[in-house]
Amino acid sequence: MSNTDIEIVVDDPTAPEANSPAVASNGVVDAVVSLGLLALAVTLGWDNWRTGAAWDATGPEPGYFPFYLSVILGGASLYGLFAAAFSRREASETFVTRAQLRRVIAVFVPTVLFCLATQFLGLYVASFLLISGFMRFVGKIAVWKSLLTAFIFTAAMFVTFDIAFDVIMPKGPLEAALGY
Amino acid sequence: MEAFGLLLHGFAVLLTWKTLLLMMVGLVLGIFVGVLPGLGGPNGVAILLPLTFTMDPTSAIVMLSCIYWGALFGGAITSILFNIPGEAWSVATTFDGYPMAQQGRAAEALTAAFTSSFIGSLVAVLLITFLAPMISSFALKFGPPEFFAVYLLTFCSFVGLGREAKHKTVTSMSLGLLLAGVGMDTVSGQLRMTFGSAELLRGINFLVAVIGLFGISEILLTMEERLALRGHAAGISLRVVLLVWKDLPKYWVTLFRSSFIGCWLGITPGGAIAASFMGYNLAKRFAKDQESFGKGRIEGVFAPETAAHASGTSALLPMLALGIPGSGTAAILLGGLMVWGLNPGPLLFVEHKDFVWGLIASMYLGNVVGLVLVLTTVPIFASILRVPFAAVAPMIVVSCAIGAYAIQNAMFDIWLMLGFGVVGYVFKKIGIPLAPFTLALVLGNRAEDAFRLSMIGSGGDMKVFWSNGLVGSITTLAIILLFWPLIDKAFSSVTRRLRPAKA
Repeated sequence: MSNTDIEIVVDDPTAPEANSPAVASNGVVDAVVSLGLLALAVTLGWDNWRTGAAWDATGPEPGYFPFYLSVILGGASLYGLFAAAFSRREASETFVTRAQLRRVIAVFVPTVLFCLATQFLGLYVASFLLISGFMRFVGKIAVWKSLLTAFIFTAAMFVTFDIAFDVIMPKGPLEAALGY
Repeated sequence: MEAFGLLLHGFAVLLTWKTLLLMMVGLVLGIFVGVLPGLGGPNGVAILLPLTFTMDPTSAIVMLSCIYWGALFGGAITSILFNIPGEAWSVATTFDGYPMAQQGRAAEALTAAFTSSFIGSLVAVLLITFLAPMISSFALKFGPPEFFAVYLLTFCSFVGLGREAKHKTVTSMSLGLLLAGVGMDTVSGQLRMTFGSAELLRGINFLVAVIGLFGISEILLTMEERLALRGHAAGISLRVVLLVWKDLPKYWVTLFRSSFIGCWLGITPGGAIAASFMGYNLAKRFAKDQESFGKGRIEGVFAPETAAHASGTSALLPMLALGIPGSGTAAILLGGLMVWGLNPGPLLFVEHKDFVWGLIASMYLGNVVGLVLVLTTVPIFASILRVPFAAVAPMIVVSCAIGAYAIQNAMFDIWLMLGFGVVGYVFKKIGIPLAPFTLALVLGNRAEDAFRLSMIGSGGDMKVFWSNGLVGSITTLAIILLFWPLIDKAFSSVTRRLRPAKA
């Protein structure tokens, strides 16, 4: 048996430290989310009221069903707001530590930039930039490996979707120059 | 026995080289997705869904369900070898699976896990084969009030039986139902909740939301964790497989019990996690030497894996028969059905026989092929974990974006996906469950239509939901389930008061 054994060890040198200070507690985030949902419920409820949330000759008006749903959502988030304000135990738990937040931002910001790039440069160029950039700067992987991986993956996606399966992706100036 | 004939026909539909090839591709992709950190069943299916848009529905569903099986099998690999449960329902597998791997019995544990998943799914598929046609032919008699009552039952059972804080389940569900209503109203054609935006006119697409909620948010969550791991990838030799299989009949009670629990909990929404823990705990309680559990006992792998897979599979039963998904993944498959232009619900069994029986047959075949595939290729897949997450993460982001864009060819959807990614990340961290949201979003329009049609039919009289025995009992059951925690509490306080009186 042992001759087929392969040891797999993966290290994570940039792992978030365990003793990093908390940025926000669960209670605070809970309250903020509840407030946001309450605001959403009021906005949507008002819009549905305007559309018509009563009954007419043919039955309920278009706004009827969603209007009462916004009432339920508003009620539940109001309750959530109070629950977050009065529960001590859960509220003090850490939502995210500074080290964790740094790692989350390290992936979230590139993702936002990727979406922006997709809008202007097309999806394939954007994905090449995202993968190579992320591997190089966040993962600290060698330049040639990053570029090669990004190129192979992007090319594979292009062949799979645009050519083999006819699922057309947004394109930019580079594809236009190449004639696609 | 009509079901049997139709099932054979289903096999005949499947046994072409093209379908078998798709099956293999689906399984490999699924195992891949299941092994990767931060991805699992629902995410995998959601991300890979766009690949199937241009296929015919039968090939598409075969591939998707194979991705799902593959992901389930893949989850077991990481739980046993690295003590990393890919999904919440694999947690119970790590209790005994990982100790076994540390003792050098990884091959045995893996074989046990794969075999028991196979058995669990097989039992559930058998149940689907014989029960689904019956339920759907019964449901053909349903009118709008009955359908609304069934939807209500689904929603209420989530609130009443879910383990999360009740107001959070209600929040997530009503938000899902509301977002489902954005865009053109299907009955009157009027616009709702669009605030003059042309992009919102199309409505919020279910699959876009799912890709964001499960794909993007999972990446963000995974980044928070320490991603180091250490373990041995053991190859499985035929001798070990046969050895485990030889012992299998000894554990028939455990296997049977777990399959039963799994099937039962799978049909009620959100059951796979509960099923795996319950399977494990019951196996432990009925064992003669409870001490040996948690120290690498093979039964501790059999019990949760059988239950989890039985429940994951039987979650497809209500989806096929009634158009109501029993789990998050089933909801995504349901979303897929709609993309391919099929209307989920009891009529599926009448109008699209080929499709339904092809799907059921693919569950049998996919399981067999999957079992063979994982047993032979474990070391290869385990070494996927060596690929650094810094390379995997951006690829997943790109795949998510491709998926979100492909659904409606809209750039706006990529932004929407990003938004849902953040929402999913925050919701998961503060304990707002995502499954009710998913379910509400996919069922919202149909629940509303059913409600309005029954209201129009009855002239606005709510009594229509109690107008006959069937709809009345479903509605009443729904309301009982909604208030179940209160009823349960009242019940136990009454019995507590009675007991001292007796003594």
